[in-house]
Order: sequence, then structure tokens, then C-alpha cells
Amino acid sequence: MPMDKDFEILDHTADVGIIAYGADLRQAFANAARGLFSLIAELDDVEEVTRQDIELTASDEESLLVAWLNELVYRFDTEGIIFKRFDITRLNNTHLKARGYGEKADSSRHRLKTEVKAATYHMLKVEKNDGFRVQVLFDI
Amino acid sequence: MAAPWQGVLKKIDDYRWEIPTSYKQGMTVPGLIFASEAMLSHIWEEQVFQQVANVAFLPGIVRNSLAMPDIHWGYGFPIGGVAATRVKDGVVSPGGVGFDINCGVRLVRTNLTEEEVRAKIERLVNELFLNIPSGVGSEGKIRASEKELDEVMVQGSRWAVEKGYGLAEDIIVTEESGCMKGAKPDKVSSRAKKRGIPQLGTLGSGNHFLEVGVVDELFDRKAARAMGIEEVGQVLLLIHTGSRGFGHQVCTDYVGLLGEAVKRYGISLPDRQLACAPISSPEGEDYLAAMACAANYAWTNRQFILHWARESFIKVFAKSQEELGMRQIYDVCHNIAKIEEYTIDGKKQKLCVHRKGATRAFPAGHPDIPDVYRNIGQPVLIPGDMGRFSYVALGTEAAMQETFGSTCHGAGRVQSRAAARRSLRGVDVARSLAARGITVKTGSMASLAEEASEAYKDVSEVVDITHKAGISLKVAKTRPIGVVKG
Repeated sequence: MPMDKDFEILDHTADVGIIAYGADLRQAFANAARGLFSLIAELDDVEEVTRQDIELTASDEESLLVAWLNELVYRFDTEGIIFKRFDITRLNNTHLKARGYGEKADSSRHRLKTEVKAATYHMLKVEKNDGFRVQVLFDI
Repeated sequence: MAAPWQGVLKKIDDYRWEIPTSYKQGMTVPGLIFASEAMLSHIWEEQVFQQVANVAFLPGIVRNSLAMPDIHWGYGFPIGGVAATRVKDGVVSPGGVGFDINCGVRLVRTNLTEEEVRAKIERLVNELFLNIPSGVGSEGKIRASEKELDEVMVQGSRWAVEKGYGLAEDIIVTEESGCMKGAKPDKVSSRAKKRGIPQLGTLGSGNHFLEVGVVDELFDRKAARAMGIEEVGQVLLLIHTGSRGFGHQVCTDYVGLLGEAVKRYGISLPDRQLACAPISSPEGEDYLAAMACAANYAWTNRQFILHWARESFIKVFAKSQEELGMRQIYDVCHNIAKIEEYTIDGKKQKLCVHRKGATRAFPAGHPDIPDVYRNIGQPVLIPGDMGRFSYVALGTEAAMQETFGSTCHGAGRVQSRAAARRSLRGVDVARSLAARGITVKTGSMASLAEEASEAYKDVSEVVDITHKAGISLKVAKTRPIGVVKG
């Protein structure tokens, strides 16, 4: 497992995927979320001036990953928050509790890149070897 | 050397290739791909056959899992896929419609010539860019209340026209008259409504755009004239967008809900993104009612954008709407599921036709097309990439017989967005478009590189196949001179 990176972009003809890594599942989920926001904006320009709590449930681990990323897509779309860092405080197969840090998008300061429509179930993977590796494809 | 698909695909003729049910256990009908032999190698590399085969698992699917020549790898369904399921005992799949419900195209004619427009193209493109909100996170000038959003969901285009955004005649030449029946706002989540309110009247980003184009070639003068396309050199306007975050959230919600329904109804699927439910089940009915709301939102959205585009032309050319002759030619959706009637094995049957990146293509005489086109057939609008051509075509009887009244929807990507971004820079793409006489205004240079011509199949090849296969017939070809991209 490439421990030197948190996530990588998965090439797909129509859309874009993320493969995220972590020593534990919490870290892999947090890195997947960072990967998502790296598609939406240049994260270097984003300050950690606001924080939000997120809590959700789903029927299994894979659905939880999709629900987590779709919750973040929803928050960006409705409140304009670009998150750049996450603390996942609780995570099991069906339940996630996290805090995200970031800033409201401002087109005069932030370089916005792509709209993300949703995270999909296609090619979805949550794998454990030495550490964790999660894979998700977005419709953009 | 034998082609890699030999022994897998059965050649029917030069434009039709069958994937037999023996290809993958669980397929209940064969796949049928419309493509030239030259296109197959790319389709093969992408393994998009797998996705065509997976759709053939859907309970109640009739005849074939179809793929149009612009097919490319999607999530669950391939993009460019068509699947019809029996209403009686088949399923509906939100993934067979896609996240951008009623993503579609609206085409408008003008009395302007290329020469007149070229003289003011910079100003026109800038004016369109300023007047029509676009780009990531953009918000519309319309702030509908929750009650008004409910009206949008039920009424579609008419809601905007009654508020003064557009002409009554626009509605007549819109698929479904801009209003899909059966919409129930209480089947749409408050989350979708919250995403939808600020984005009403926005173009979006990605592959959505406005294109000022010039008629480059006419193939069927009589049909073109019926659409108000008179001559080579005439300027047209094309609008390509959909239901924005509203539709994306409706799809997200129902893929989740129907993913659970799959277990309850004991449906076995090769890909979770194909989540579905029986059309006659509460889950299936609710999805179709919510999908209709999103379809109506999209038509309202394109109606607003058309109105602001007209305002921009009026301002830049200092001419009235009448002098400009900006009449809508037609509006089609290319991400939708619709209940339609077809004759299968000699019997009339109600089918749910999923068009995921495919355009309805009804023939002359069909009762669902407006009177003005009853004698020629339904106009089919096929946008290409921003550096090459777009096409206008007509629906045919062959499409009714073979493809559930469907044809292609665009060029189809061949290169991933990331690969396009790596090999091209937005500024270079803008420069190369400028060298070809195309003025572009965009909010994001990265997005421009992703949508470069190099990332797409040549739409002319795609349209030639549907023409030769007879599922839609070419009427006119246009080339862009001005593009606004989000």
C-alpha cells in the first residue's frame, strides 16, 4: 500500500474516482473526503475558519462511504462549505460521527474546479490489507 | 490478427453488433450495439460491453439492452444506453436515468447571419456569460419560495412562461410540452428542494454550455425549413443543461432507497448502481413521481436560460425579438425514463423506456410530437464537442421498430477528464479554439481543458452511424462560433 499518499485520482472516461488510503478506516474515510474536495477546489487556498459536525447511519460499510461523501456534496451545494480537514471520531459498519473544518467558498479567493453531482455505488470498494483502501466513483 | 471481440460479438450488419446472452450468465436479453467496426476497438478497451450486459439483467427488460454509437463507460448503465422494461412486471432504475435528470438540449433559430454575429461575437458571448449564471457553486437570479418550487415541479416550463420568462409557443415545441405528468412534490426530499431553490436558472459546469452556432451544411432542406432553418450561414443558439443539484439529489436519494428495495424484492444485480424496484411497487411509483418533478425543474431551468439568452441578443444587436426571429426549434431530454407504448410480438405493451444519454426519436405521424412537426418527424438535437459540429436530425419509424424510438445524444467521451487536463491546458484550448474562429468564455480554465475536442469522439462519425442504421436522419450540421461554459 502506498503510504506516501493519502489519496489518488482514478481515471474514468466520463467521471472521476478517488482511491483513498488510511492506517485505519477512519483515516481512509477522511482521506476520501479530502479527495472529494480536491476535485471541487484548490485546497491550498482554503482556511479552516468554520467547522461542522456530521453524523449519519447506513446499512453497511460501503453504503456508509457513499452516504458520507454525498452528505459532504450536499453541504457544499447548499451552504457552500469547502472542507479541507476531517476528524472522524466514531466509525463502525453502519454509523459515522465526524467534524469537518473548512471555509465558505468565495470565488474571489478560491479556485473552484468542478461540480460534483454525487458519489455512486459503481466500482465501490472498502478493502483491508495492511491498512485500509477505499474506492469510489463520482458523477461530475 | 483477429479483433479481440471476435467470438464475443455477433456482427449483424456494418452498424449493428449483438452481445449474445451467453456472454454473461444472468443476461435475460441480448445486448445490441450500434457502432462501426472502427469504433468497436475503443468500446472494447473500455469494457463497456460489461455494462451493456449488466443492464440485460434488469427484470422485465424487453428485446435488447441497447447501446447507441456515442456509448461510453458510465456508472451502472453505460452512457448512450437504452433499456425498455415492461410496466406490468418490470423494474425502473434511477441509475438508468442518471443523476442529471432531464439533462437536455434546446435549440433556437435566429434571422441573423454569421457575418452579423461575428462582428459582435465577443460582446455577445460576454453578455450571455454575464446574464446567465454558470460555474461551480453559482446561484440563480430566481429565488423561488418553497411553494413556488412545488409549482415548478408540477408545471414545468409553463411556470416560467407565466411569470414572463419566454413565449407560449416555446412550450409547444418542447418534449412533453415542458411538463411531465405524474409529478408529486411530496415524493421529493427536503434536501433535494434545498439544493434546488438557489440553483434554479443556472447553467452549471462540466459539459453544460451555451453555443452560438452557424448552419454549415443542410442534408434535408424541406425538414430544415419546417424547423425555421433556411440556409447555410444562419445563426442558431443551443442550450445544454439539466436539473442541477435538484435532480442530482433526487437520484442520490432514490438510488439509496431502491438499493434497499432490491433486497426486499429479491432482485439480483451485478452492480449496486443498477438499484431498481418494480414499476408498480410503491418505491418504483415514488421514484417516477419524483423524477417527473426533476424533469419539470430542468425544463423550467432551460426556459429561464432561453429568456435571458433572448435578452442578451436583443441588447447586443439592438433589435426586437420579432426582428431577431428567435424562435425555439425544439427541446429534448436525454436522461429520462418514460412510459410509452410499443408493439412487441404483435401486442401493444406499455414499457418504461430508460434513456441514459440517448434522445427520443419519434417518427412523422406520432401523436406525441407537436403539429408543426407531425409531417416530418420529431427534431433530434445532438450537440458535439465545443470545437467541432452539432447536428439536427429527425426521428424515424426504424427507431420505433428497433430502439424504442431512441437515438444518440452527443459525441461521447474517449478521454478521461484527468487525462484531458494532463495533456491540455485550458489557455491552450481557448487559443486553439480562437484560431478556429470560436470565441469562448468560461469561469474555469481547467473545466475548459476537460471538455476539449480531443476528449471526445467525432460527433460526425456518431451521427453517420445512426443515419446509416436509419434510427435518425440528418437534417443539418452546425459549427460553433461562440461558446459559454460554466
